[in-house]
Amino acid sequence: MEPADELSNDQASLELDADPMRLNMGPSHPAMHGTIRMVMDLDGENVINLDVQPGYLHRGFEKSCERGTWAQVFPYADRLNYVSPMLNNVGWSLAVEKLLGIEVPERCQYYRVVLGELSRIADHFTCNGASAMELGAFTPFLWLLKVRDWVWDILERETGARMTHSFGRIGGMAAPPTATFKDDVRQLIPEVHKVVKEAEIMLLRNRIFLDRMQGVGVLTKEQALSYGCTGPVARSTGIPYDVRKDHPYLVYDRFDFDVPIGEDGDNWDRFMVRLEEIRQSVRIIEQALEQMPDDGPVNVDDPRIVYPDKQDVYTTIEATIAHFKLVMEGLRVPKGEVYSFTEGGNGELGFHIVSDGSGTPYRVRVRPPCWYNLAASREMLLGGMIADIIPTFGSVNMIGGECDR
Amino acid sequence: MSQAVVDRLTAELGDRILETSDAFGEHEVRVAVKDWVDVAQFLKDDEELQMDHFIDLTAIDHPERESARFDVTLMARSSANGHRIRMRTHVDDGQEPGTLSRIWEGANWAEREVWDMFGIKFKDHPDLRRILLYEEFVGHPLRKDYPIDKAQPLVPYREVTDIGKLPPFGIEEGQPFARIDWEARLAGGDNQVSPAIGVQQGQRRTLSDSEAAQQIQARIDARLAKEAEEGAAAESADAAEQGSGD
Repeated sequence: MEPADELSNDQASLELDADPMRLNMGPSHPAMHGTIRMVMDLDGENVINLDVQPGYLHRGFEKSCERGTWAQVFPYADRLNYVSPMLNNVGWSLAVEKLLGIEVPERCQYYRVVLGELSRIADHFTCNGASAMELGAFTPFLWLLKVRDWVWDILERETGARMTHSFGRIGGMAAPPTATFKDDVRQLIPEVHKVVKEAEIMLLRNRIFLDRMQGVGVLTKEQALSYGCTGPVARSTGIPYDVRKDHPYLVYDRFDFDVPIGEDGDNWDRFMVRLEEIRQSVRIIEQALEQMPDDGPVNVDDPRIVYPDKQDVYTTIEATIAHFKLVMEGLRVPKGEVYSFTEGGNGELGFHIVSDGSGTPYRVRVRPPCWYNLAASREMLLGGMIADIIPTFGSVNMIGGECDR
Repeated sequence: MSQAVVDRLTAELGDRILETSDAFGEHEVRVAVKDWVDVAQFLKDDEELQMDHFIDLTAIDHPERESARFDVTLMARSSANGHRIRMRTHVDDGQEPGTLSRIWEGANWAEREVWDMFGIKFKDHPDLRRILLYEEFVGHPLRKDYPIDKAQPLVPYREVTDIGKLPPFGIEEGQPFARIDWEARLAGGDNQVSPAIGVQQGQRRTLSDSEAAQQIQARIDARLAKEAEEGAAAESADAAEQGSGD
């Protein structure tokens, strides 16, 4: 462009076009988590209209489930919310077990609780770290992510995989807890507390962070209910709904923990709710480790449901046949329909499953918490500024794998 | 899940509740398609029930069933007393249940997904586009008669000049300029922090009340009118040309 003084008077006095500008953001945008497209109308820097378009990570989870056995869903379930796969594994196990009418032994229930809560800690640390990174604070991101790495170290020792464990089984877990499990987790607990504290020191008195989090991306209580928000997004608006408290599953009714809630439903509250939930998860883990039996069975004692011991498979004909039938035909789940829901990383993770009595799920519907949280994000972003889309969208913690399935 | 909700529904609505069930401790009522919206509205509005928390809406395909092919289910929860209920209706292929998106906002996306995956249309839905798949997708994949290995046709490159896949947009609320009034805040004033809350409390005005918004709207209207005029002119010119060609 020529310098202003070289322009003729006519050109210099030209009025700028002030029509709303339509801007397309995504589906692949460096500042967005996951693949999502937003089309917005901008008036200056203000977002005056917005269309959120998910679906770029759709890979047919529900259809894929309808072709395999019930047990073959575990690897898919891992890839729903890949930030806390263990919670999905547990959710799926519980759904099928509800339909089967079985309950896993106590030791397994505690084991699931501890693994799940470890996953939740990793999930919340990832989300909060990313929230800080989006506002330019890269140190807290790496600082918080190191906890995820420690959690993954434990999960790797337990399950053999760092991220997609596929560790749940119908009627139990793939393996019993290792001998050092309790000690490993106990060693982690003070470190988690320390990092939460450090995160607070780094961020909570940072002016830039405060300015960009407080009062930005506000969701009201009524909107959150109407949109079907659950989890930290709903709790930040003041809805004290936590599946672990309201509809306790596993052994959650035996623990003493609080459900943190916010007031304003803004980015700040979502951040603080997640931070506090990390502390509550640690509390649950401490109590669970205390109460968890050191020995005893992990799987239910039913050869029609649980895989036989590998040693037996290779040495006895009964176990070989049982293993063959479970792998090739899959376990038979009686006819029926259930909706089983647990508290996932982002809220109520529901599995609505229908069985027709064959070895294959007839219909699997996942109620992804992200889906409804994302739908509500339009309300948070509308009327805000374009730069606020990034932190607000980050604090919703949309996980593409779970949202688009 | 709660029996109280089922009791209340059967007491109040009587024969409009076709069936109730409590398998696996999950309470459920079945209603006819024509009552779908009314019963949902009752769930939300009734003083005792107050099912204000939308949970999920989905469909199940039963192609072998003779009467009606699809089950559409809704789950809702009451934030006040923690009750949950599942509502179900049988929908035949081509039949259109009414939309619930005016009762719970969350139903908007859920119904779009059901349309996308099952091809069930919802009457009066404000924005029934495909949501997970793309416009050119052929068929509805979660129907049982959609083969899982079916290939989709290649989609030609879209020539989009104006991004077309959008709902009709009008002008909506904008954000006033400043963020946090720190001086007032440090001085102990409770002048609100967030623009959105400020608007709620009447401390700030919304963008659509401003003159700028009206001007913008006027400009948009003018441009649309002009485009419509030009379009009409071009069409009549085309028609004239074709007429002379014959």
